Amino acid sequence: MNLHLRVWRQKNVDTPGGYKNYELKDVSEDSSFLEMLDILNEQLVEQGEEPVAFDHDCREGICGMCSLVINGMAHGPETATTVCQLHMRSYKDGDSITIEPWRAKPFPVVKDLIVDRSAFDHIIQAGGFITARTGSPQDANEILIPKPTADKAMDAAACIGCGACVAACPNGSAMLFTSAKSSQLNLLPQGKGEKDKRVMAMVSAMDEQGFGNCTNYGECQAVCPKEITLDFIAKMNRDYATARVRNFFSKAI
Amino acid sequence: MSAEKKVLLPSLVKKYLMAGSGLILVLFVLGHMAGNLQFFGPPEMINAYAYHLHHLPGAPVSLWAIRLFLLLCVGTHIAMAVLLVKENQAARPQKYAKQGFRKADYAARTMPMSGLIILAFIIFHILQYTVRNVPENYNETIGEATFEQAHGLPPIEYFDVYAMMVKGFSNVGISIFYLVAMALLCMHLTHGVASMFQSIGFRNEMWRKRLHTLAVAYGWFIFIGFASIPVSVIAFGHGKAYLAEKEAEWAAQTQQAQTVQLAQADNFKEGR
Repeated sequence: MNLHLRVWRQKNVDTPGGYKNYELKDVSEDSSFLEMLDILNEQLVEQGEEPVAFDHDCREGICGMCSLVINGMAHGPETATTVCQLHMRSYKDGDSITIEPWRAKPFPVVKDLIVDRSAFDHIIQAGGFITARTGSPQDANEILIPKPTADKAMDAAACIGCGACVAACPNGSAMLFTSAKSSQLNLLPQGKGEKDKRVMAMVSAMDEQGFGNCTNYGECQAVCPKEITLDFIAKMNRDYATARVRNFFSKAI
Repeated sequence: MSAEKKVLLPSLVKKYLMAGSGLILVLFVLGHMAGNLQFFGPPEMINAYAYHLHHLPGAPVSLWAIRLFLLLCVGTHIAMAVLLVKENQAARPQKYAKQGFRKADYAARTMPMSGLIILAFIIFHILQYTVRNVPENYNETIGEATFEQAHGLPPIEYFDVYAMMVKGFSNVGISIFYLVAMALLCMHLTHGVASMFQSIGFRNEMWRKRLHTLAVAYGWFIFIGFASIPVSVIAFGHGKAYLAEKEAEWAAQTQQAQTVQLAQADNFKEGR
């Protein structure tokens, strides 16, 4: 198939970028979207041009590196799919495809389609952990966890931190990410001890990084490759409120 | 690494304030609509209701306390909206070539705009029916009506709210603006009522659809309730006969008063 590509090119974080058009011929519909970009880059290198820089690692949909907005949709037209798992059979011969990086103030563009997602690391550093001694592994089933609770925690832990939620949200809000990362620990007995401290620290880190606010559009859930739901945002809202109230009264004692 | 932003009010606290003030306004709108629908009863009904609203126990302090509380809610709702919108725009300085949408409906995407138009309407609405001097001074053009009191108390003469409503909605321009504002309020509520629950954490995948249905039903309920009044006046001439009758009565009263005044003036001259 032949494609008309419109790709965001940006030299570095300080230089303003712009769109550039490329014609790509004879692309197999069995190739993945990233392989299509590889083909484009080979063509660019042959022509002596700078190849398009884009993030990728496992190409199996589990590492959370790939980060492209395709025709205005984070991770492209499929649901519950990362870009690397998107295949060219989703497109038709002669299609025009616009490819952009994640766009959010806390995610500055490093080069072309690569953004710096350190802002997520700062949220994790604020509370996405438990301060337990990591000794030798304990016996299985020593701490009993009901299956539904374990399932919910696992649903939250499925987050690969790709940042599509921020990219798809018209407000550039990171609440789906932050809620998944706080809930996965808050749900389990190992994380419950630091629940209040965790949620307050992670929310304030999220605010400090300059992410926007949730207005309940639901776009994040719609693009999330791991299908994390707004339930976790509701849980974070609940956890944060109780944490603030408990924190307020704990000062009195 | 991006520079850290100074945060005065945490994002979630802003959301709680938005939801809390929204909830009070949602309930106020319901009460206001229930009050207005007495328009379809006899004129004495809504006139007596208006009298009692203005003569609550402890009035005028209680009345002004309620008004100030509602103003505080509106103020909080607007202040939070301004802060949130400013932050949301700052978080996406470079727009996409074309932002795609999967879930966000029209109502959700236009909340600030529908809110702004509703605010303009509220200001106009208060000037028209509370201050009563837009588009004409109803304090002068509308007279008083009598309603009976229960328990054998003497009847009360009070400002004729029913006649003012008929007169106000007889103006087609005002009625159309009113209907547009109510349609936008309906839209605002279809997103707002459902969002309220999410913001304070009372929503999950099971309840998402139910709450959305509830919000849409509530929005339409409010729209139909409020819209029925101007529609009944404009399309069916509801209350116009009453207004004409009353206007004639007030004109006669004014004339009588003038005659009495003239006679008094004459007497004064003659007596000199």
